[in-house]
Amino acid sequence: MDTFGLLAQGLLTALEPMNMLYALIGVTLGTAVGVLPGIGPALTVALLLPVTYKLDPAGSLIMFAGIYYGGMYGGSTTSILLNTPGESASIVTALEGNKMARAGRGGPALATAAIGSFVAGLIATIGLAFIAPTVVKMALSFGPAEYFALMILAFMTVSAAFGDSTLRGLTALFIGLALGLIGIDLQTGQARLAFGIPDLLDGVEVTTLAVALFAVGEAMSVAASKGGDSTIQAIKGSVWMTREDWSRSWKPWLRGTAIGFPIGAMPAGGAEIGTFLSYSVEKNLAKKPEEFGHGAIEGVAGPEAANNASAAGTLVPLLTLGLPTTATAAIMLAGFQQFGLQPGPLLFATNPQLVWGLIASLLVANLMLLVLNLPLIGVWVRLLTIPLPWLYAGILLFATLGTIGANPSTFELGMLLAFGLLGYGLRRFGYPIAPVVVGLILGPMAEQQLRRALAISQGDPSILLGSPIAVILLLLAATAVLLPLYLRARGRGKVLAQLGANED
Amino acid sequence: MSLDNQQQERRRPDWAALAIAALLMVVSVVIAWSTASHGAGASYARVGPTTFPYVIAVAFFGLSIWTVFEAFRGDFPAREKQEISPILWIIGGLAAQMLLLKAAGFSIATGLLFAATARAFGRGPLWKTIPIGIVLSFVVWIIFAKGLQLSLPAGPLEHLLF
Repeated sequence: MDTFGLLAQGLLTALEPMNMLYALIGVTLGTAVGVLPGIGPALTVALLLPVTYKLDPAGSLIMFAGIYYGGMYGGSTTSILLNTPGESASIVTALEGNKMARAGRGGPALATAAIGSFVAGLIATIGLAFIAPTVVKMALSFGPAEYFALMILAFMTVSAAFGDSTLRGLTALFIGLALGLIGIDLQTGQARLAFGIPDLLDGVEVTTLAVALFAVGEAMSVAASKGGDSTIQAIKGSVWMTREDWSRSWKPWLRGTAIGFPIGAMPAGGAEIGTFLSYSVEKNLAKKPEEFGHGAIEGVAGPEAANNASAAGTLVPLLTLGLPTTATAAIMLAGFQQFGLQPGPLLFATNPQLVWGLIASLLVANLMLLVLNLPLIGVWVRLLTIPLPWLYAGILLFATLGTIGANPSTFELGMLLAFGLLGYGLRRFGYPIAPVVVGLILGPMAEQQLRRALAISQGDPSILLGSPIAVILLLLAATAVLLPLYLRARGRGKVLAQLGANED
Repeated sequence: MSLDNQQQERRRPDWAALAIAALLMVVSVVIAWSTASHGAGASYARVGPTTFPYVIAVAFFGLSIWTVFEAFRGDFPAREKQEISPILWIIGGLAAQMLLLKAAGFSIATGLLFAATARAFGRGPLWKTIPIGIVLSFVVWIIFAKGLQLSLPAGPLEHLLF
């Protein structure tokens, strides 16, 4: 069947009332967490994992994807009105968006962000639908050696390629990999790094780690630093964009989509990278470059489109290869696994209804988000007025709820506290968080592929370089580590630091 | 962030970074030692369950040395002054919840965490925030334990009403 047929069938699944409801819950929650500073989509999906354990797999996954998309929409609201990005992919939006809000043009800024997100989400989701079958066809020829090479590439791009330090990125990655070792080895049943503690035999729960790093660590970090107060910009004037706003916005939307989608689709990690690229492209192409830094609408339209497009792009490697490249995608992978599903080429064959239903539901979710974010924007703005003490107290309440729900044991809460301190330490010393989460989830999978490859070759390591694809992937991985080191040594590291993949 | 450091031209080593390096070294040794002491006899496969742990132990060793270099070069980003007491409040709240969860149930234990976190962000007094936290946690308990059948431990308060 061709893509259109599959997508149409998926649309039927997506339009079932229950699935619509899940999508609506997802996008509403997603927008809320995107708006609230301090929590992002990764944490929210992690919190919901235990709650959805008893629910329908398709519905839950639709909800998770809705949260991811919603987070990208909501983040822009916070950046524009508060100058504090709600999630890392919206940092650039704050540059121009907050200036626009200060100049009394907050309404058009929010509108161009929301409509740009919609346009980008629409195009990128259709792009996902068309690219996925091709990647799946290619991936079917992949053996363990190619998968191993692909995972190495993902490790390196997530940890070392961007951010302000190769060392700290790699350290974060290896912390994740080491945590992934804990527990019973899948192939031999041998306990590793369990130190004789029975609770550790099952390994480290993704939920516990993500919640601790993102919620507990973040709360400690914010409480301890007592940052400067930021004021909310009231939306003054018309919410609607003028004719000039439209004519200045539509090209950046399309360019942002064209930049964001491929970057998300490559195992390169992070929606932030696309937003920075889009911003600099718009700055160079702008007819009025002098407006940049003082509230240029292009600087909001482009990056906002880029971050939504790359969120959709991230789903390409996740669904077709089972390869998460952001923290949110990594936790969504854990969500698939919770239902006994393994994303990858086989899922398209064994469970097409679920995969295409999920893709089609993204189109539905996107439309819902446009409605939620334009006419109802006032509701979300009110979320920003929640005082920090109540906000973080509430976040920790729900954070521990998720952990207790997954495993109501004292030991699990002890791990939550320990990892929370780890998360605070990582933040304090400038270590990125996402590689830890990706390492925990992808590490055991990479090890499995490596050992499978070596079992096939009866221990001959040359199988790892046995195919051109594997060689190319490994070379790319090496470039991802070495090139940034070279650039930083030459004093060009500032650009990379700006591109730093941070959290979501 | 790291630019400030380079401009400052610090000659002194960054002691916190050196402590991190030492910590990474400890992790390396612990992983290697734990793997060696649980050696599962001879394995047919050259790459068995102990290979990956050894690779990671070696990687931590290397990262530790690299961190020492960066510590001396002052490559770590400048750090803002931090207040310790809010962190202690949050740790205290989490610890209280952990220890009381089984005995006092979800609502009371989590209510204490709620109040302690609010206190960490400067909102008090505790005699006001603890009841607020307990009531809120109780509502959450009803929704998630009764509505979504999540297994949240019940204590005296929960048993009283259900």
